[in-house]
Amino acid sequence: MSRGVRRQRVPVALLVPAGLGLAFLVLPLAGLLLRAPWTTLPRRLAEPGVLTALRLSLETATVATLLCVTLGVPLAWLLARVEFPGRRLVRALVTVPLVLPPVVGGVALLLVFGRRGLIGSWLDETFGVTLPFTTAGVVLAEAFVAMPFLVIAVEGALRGADPRYEEAAATLGAGRFTAFTRVTLPLVAPGVAAGAVLCWARALGEFGATITFAGNYPGRTQTMPLAVYLALETDLQAAIVLSLILLTVSVVILAALRDKWIGST
Amino acid sequence: MRMLLDAHLVAERDGFTLDVRLRIAAGEVVALLGPNGAGKTTALRVLAGLHPLVAGHLTLDGADLDRPDRRVWTPPERRPVGVVFQDYLLFPHLSALDNVAFGPRRRGADRRAARARAQEWLDRVGLGDQARRRPRQLSGGQAQRVALARALAVDPALLLLDEPLAALDARTRLDTRAELQRHLGAHSGATLLVTHDPLDALVLADRLVIVEHGRVVQEGDAATVTARPRTDYVARLVGLNLHRGRADGHAVTVGELALTTADTVHGDAFVAYPPAAVALHPSRPEGSPRNVWAATVTGVQRHGDNLRVQLTGPVEVAADVTPAAAAHLGLIPGRSVWAAVKAAETRAYPA
Amino acid sequence: MTVRWIRAAFAAALVATLGLSGCGSADDPAGPDGAGPVTVFAAASLTEAFIRLGKEYEAAHPGHAVTFNFGGSSGLATQITQGAPADVFAAASPATMKTVTDAGDAAGDPVVLVRNQLVVAVPPGNPARVGRLADLARPGVKVALCAEQVPCGAAARTALDAAGVRLTPATLEQDVKGALAKLRLGEVDAALVYRTDVRAAAGLDAVEFPESARAVNDYPIVVLRAAGNPAGARAFVDFVRSDAGLAVLTAAGFQAPPGA
Repeated sequence: MSRGVRRQRVPVALLVPAGLGLAFLVLPLAGLLLRAPWTTLPRRLAEPGVLTALRLSLETATVATLLCVTLGVPLAWLLARVEFPGRRLVRALVTVPLVLPPVVGGVALLLVFGRRGLIGSWLDETFGVTLPFTTAGVVLAEAFVAMPFLVIAVEGALRGADPRYEEAAATLGAGRFTAFTRVTLPLVAPGVAAGAVLCWARALGEFGATITFAGNYPGRTQTMPLAVYLALETDLQAAIVLSLILLTVSVVILAALRDKWIGST
Repeated sequence: MRMLLDAHLVAERDGFTLDVRLRIAAGEVVALLGPNGAGKTTALRVLAGLHPLVAGHLTLDGADLDRPDRRVWTPPERRPVGVVFQDYLLFPHLSALDNVAFGPRRRGADRRAARARAQEWLDRVGLGDQARRRPRQLSGGQAQRVALARALAVDPALLLLDEPLAALDARTRLDTRAELQRHLGAHSGATLLVTHDPLDALVLADRLVIVEHGRVVQEGDAATVTARPRTDYVARLVGLNLHRGRADGHAVTVGELALTTADTVHGDAFVAYPPAAVALHPSRPEGSPRNVWAATVTGVQRHGDNLRVQLTGPVEVAADVTPAAAAHLGLIPGRSVWAAVKAAETRAYPA
Repeated sequence: MTVRWIRAAFAAALVATLGLSGCGSADDPAGPDGAGPVTVFAAASLTEAFIRLGKEYEAAHPGHAVTFNFGGSSGLATQITQGAPADVFAAASPATMKTVTDAGDAAGDPVVLVRNQLVVAVPPGNPARVGRLADLARPGVKVALCAEQVPCGAAARTALDAAGVRLTPATLEQDVKGALAKLRLGEVDAALVYRTDVRAAAGLDAVEFPESARAVNDYPIVVLRAAGNPAGARAFVDFVRSDAGLAVLTAAGFQAPPGA
């Protein structure tokens, strides 16, 4: 009873923009579904290039997320827990890939990791390793663009977590690293999971930095968004099909992970 | 008696300076008592290694843990110190057992030994059957006991308790206080109890150290402190009226007022007496009481079965009267009365 | 010019997104002589030449205004078939033009405006010493091609097949600019692009090769059926096909069509 009454009290001033916002987000999706060539769908799905690109996308997004978690969680901890000069600046720098057009991000990556890049030339001369035009390059491009999502989410979770738990752990004999891994990390696990999911989703949709840094070659660097873009050049319906596949797979995975990790309803 | 802890704590926090000397013997329980903001928690944090000293020293069991002038500093994880935090800070993602096993595990015990030790401690605090529960499934009293077990499981040379009973309701508090007393009695190391509750301090501690504004203002066993308070804060805590004046034998001059006391003192002195020793009269009383003065009622509150009357006049005083007497006197704020104290009920001692 | 260009692109994108059918430019005022705005959708490789032609056209025709939307031909074709408001379409390949004519969106038949020929673009000095097409298949030479879905990629495939050269490119770029960017950043040693692209991009050299004759690309142009200003559209097409217009285009590296 009381729930029904509460539900009626949602103010119109909030409900209307909320509804518009939802429609704005959902309508383009509906557009894709309406225009999808359902009859030829099975045939298009069976095309070998499609599954290759999908698999490459899922693999690179997952590896990129692992990379982001490995590097980003400690970075978030540093920003949240350690006082050091220039911390505000570092925090701002971490968010740079968010505001940087991904294509520019790709160029920036080339300038560092490219064949003539600061680190890239050294890698090439010393180990004979080149990153552009390789699957590793795709991972790098995706991680660059997606990592801020993870760092911001985890830093927020760390700031919300009571630092005194780390102090309690210290009085029980845990050094800072042990306190972090044994106490803080489990406490902020939901935040890390949420950040990882965001990060993965961003990596999966990455286009600009990938095509700029890693180029486009089927089976090696051509992820789904690149395949969609090129399909758009010749065949709108193929592009829609590819988009729907990417969309379906990511929605299924995200829904499953959200329930499992974040425990949201 | 061997002093396990020997410390001169000089620390700064938010523009506030703490300067406190503390010595605690093995097996001794000392209560650090003081009003909010006196520096109690800072002292505890310094002892635990969560806050640095700026001067002085901190020596525990013969080892310097913090000594700025010699650039000696031991991080918290390497100090033989156990802490029970005010809101316990039990790790929410670990069971009671794993919370208690956390310390032994970090200090080198293998998983099996740490768990066995934790189970032992949980049994000892009467929570052996709650080992698998998460902190949020425990009651306040149970969480307090798990926190105590967790702090004691590392066998600390110094046990620190920060307002250990403050988070509990009155009934749980009574039981937990009694049990805490038992465990503190069994602890062979030094114990420092930080509290603002005089009852906790009196029941649990062998000795009281009272701090105000970052300084020790009084120190001693419960009997001395309760009988001879030396600051208004302590007097209020133990429920006594306290004046500071100049004594000459049995006479103590407090401002314009001359009080006659049973004790003999010379020079600067304190005079203390309980509110129940103050009698109120509608007019100047005749006969025995020699300490009589005119006063004005400023407030009346319930106090147990009686009423506590706040008075102003040559001295600020509290008086306890029965409800019947209060009705007879018509005690309302602004009312003029005569206050009288028998010399035999006062105590005078050098300041 | 830039602002108008952006606005046109934005309008086109909006219309394409909403899936409305051509109604945009129909509302614009247009005089009987073609005065008023003309919206031209043109292949990205025409950018520099058309911007210059637009200025000359406006100078020669007071009251006329030209707005451009440059992009990959295929993308432009998609926008047009989805109802974007355009008066003229200049494509980089007959194949893309065909999607527009097949959809019935062209008014009349397209004519070939210019032709473009492939060259091997190399950094100044040609450090990888590419002299002929077969050099691209040498080990250690990194090559950027356009993806086969876009005209320069299809042309490159034709030329390579004609020369019997098999190579695995480092990347298949989405357009010419992408391929040139990789070249300029030093990530590849060579790129197969149009001669006009190398001419427009300062600081690169072009290596001509005979097999390019097999992959000559025609640029068709047409007035669109939904044109809001058909007279203006025709006037602009006539202008770019005039001798003065072709002079600008050939200066940019294009070839005049046979018989022009």
